Amino acid sequence: MLQLEPRPAPSRVMSFASPVMALAITMLIGIAMFMLLGKDPVRALQIFFVEPLKNGYALSELALKATPLLLIALGLAVCFRANVWNIGAEGQFIVGAVAAGGVAMFADADTGRWFVIPVLAAGVLGGMAWAAIVAFLRDKANASEILVSLMLVYVATLLLGYFVYGPWKDPAGYNFPQTIRFAAGTQVPKLFDGLRVNIGSVIALLSVGVLWVFLFRTYAGFQLQVGGLAPAAARYAGFSSRKALWMALLISGGMAGFAGALDVAGPQGQLTPYIPAGYGFAAIIVAFVGRLHPVGMVFSAILMSMFYIGGELAQTRMGLPKSLTGVFQGLLLFTLLACDTLIAYRVRWRSRAPAHATGAA
Amino acid sequence: MDALPLLIATTLSAGTVLAFAALGLLINERAGILNLGAEGMMLVAALAGFATAVHTGNDWIAFAAGMGAGALLAAAFGVLVIWLNTNQYATGLALSLFGTGFSAFMGLRYTKETLPARPEWNYAGLSHLEFVGPALFRQHPLVYVAIALTIALAWFLYRSRAGLVLRAVGESPESAHALGYPVRRIRLAAVMAGGALCGLSGAYISVVYTPLWVEGMVAGKGWIALALTTFATWRPARVLLGAYLFGGVTMLQFHLQGEGVDVPSQILSMLPYLATIVVLVLISRNAAWIRVNMPASLGKPFSPGS
Repeated sequence: MLQLEPRPAPSRVMSFASPVMALAITMLIGIAMFMLLGKDPVRALQIFFVEPLKNGYALSELALKATPLLLIALGLAVCFRANVWNIGAEGQFIVGAVAAGGVAMFADADTGRWFVIPVLAAGVLGGMAWAAIVAFLRDKANASEILVSLMLVYVATLLLGYFVYGPWKDPAGYNFPQTIRFAAGTQVPKLFDGLRVNIGSVIALLSVGVLWVFLFRTYAGFQLQVGGLAPAAARYAGFSSRKALWMALLISGGMAGFAGALDVAGPQGQLTPYIPAGYGFAAIIVAFVGRLHPVGMVFSAILMSMFYIGGELAQTRMGLPKSLTGVFQGLLLFTLLACDTLIAYRVRWRSRAPAHATGAA
Repeated sequence: MDALPLLIATTLSAGTVLAFAALGLLINERAGILNLGAEGMMLVAALAGFATAVHTGNDWIAFAAGMGAGALLAAAFGVLVIWLNTNQYATGLALSLFGTGFSAFMGLRYTKETLPARPEWNYAGLSHLEFVGPALFRQHPLVYVAIALTIALAWFLYRSRAGLVLRAVGESPESAHALGYPVRRIRLAAVMAGGALCGLSGAYISVVYTPLWVEGMVAGKGWIALALTTFATWRPARVLLGAYLFGGVTMLQFHLQGEGVDVPSQILSMLPYLATIVVLVLISRNAAWIRVNMPASLGKPFSPGS
């Protein structure tokens, strides 16, 4: 029978091969699914992996979706490396969007281009404030950060609903639950004429470098990771777990809030109940598939962005529900976790007879 | 019906949703496994139950389908975390994300389906009693099953040999293994039992509680159920009590809206989530109390022979 045997040292090859294997398995399951649904799998693969790359416009859209995913995932990677399980990035994203939108409404037609800076800053602060609640309750009352951050996602969604259905509703909006369209001064500068991709993507790539330096070249980053890997050792070395908790949550909350602000001050241009698009949850997968490594997450953010765009195209072209995206995202994380086993273990074929030697249970 | 009996009746029904899921998670956690996939399992089970009810017209087959779906997903989770030693947090999250997407994907054609109106339950004589009749005795039988299950589970955990083994597996898998118990198989059984109960909860939501299918309809109840196990410090009776308390908060919100209280509906809808946070804070403040009660190896992987 097949058995897992611990490797003497974790396999470096497998740590790179595992995400590739996971993607391959996810694709195989996807192909089987399309065939079961009676849809052409070749066409589906094209929609997911070729169309998002085929021209400048497609690439701009790909970057536009990958940007929030990457920003949020970078922040989450800090949390997960510090063993802080912030899974409420979606809520921090929403509050960031609400805060940015609140500031953006002060702008009018005469407001200068500089106004985008306070709009984005409000988003960062909003996300940080939402994450700070989690940090505070974990710090002062030991409340599970998993559950608190998640409950706050539902609260944030309702908060957004309260504003767009209530005090911030556009009086000239035919009673639609949406705010006014924000003035031009709040818009994030675009990179190219005629394409929607904006400087947010550049900032996300710069953040990759900053995070790499922070994690692997600074003392604070080192302390944070030791606390996550070996809490006892960190205590012995005198590293503060409180500081790590606050730092991880403020960084990830701020990044998620920034992503929310970019969405509002970029492609959206107003607040609607449809701001929450699940980026906060998808970013959890981006972080894991990217091995919690800044550069790895660039690739996984692009991949996840392809799933988003492919899902939307599959809806219009093949008549499949958009939630296909979520199915593939979940599957990818599952298969990745399973394939990751091969980093620490290898598979051996053993005859069943010498049970005493293997300790089968 | 008067307001108070109605509030009590709806509280019992809402509490039952949480009770099944939280009791299931309690079995999981007593065996040392933390399954953050509850929300996903409940959503898939809600769809499985609803679809079965639409096609067969039989609620009991629908509940069985929900339990089966929950157990199946739990088994996949269990094999990953128990045999492949994957991270329990990440795997549970994956299950929740997958379940949310998968149920939305498969459920699209059921969003327009409705179930025929169910007859009100009548229990000879009891249902017509003054006050207590409408408050307590016009409920779906599963409401009483949840109470019976709580008692059975408490007996199982504290009075039966199998329950003792289950607790040992959650406290010290090494010792249980040394005594010759198949730790991994026991854990898988516990995880699947937990999945089945989460599944029953999901099917109860879509077949009895709201009778319809809407994407994401579980709306965080899986996560609240997870919080309930901590709130109850892993005791069945306290789980049931906590479930009713939360059911009450959820219902109070609807009743306040019905009364036309001058608070925006979104703010009222935040109540169950805020209540979860408040309760978590109150209970977690006493860290020693949690530590004493928490299954000692909750969330920790176990490999025999290592």
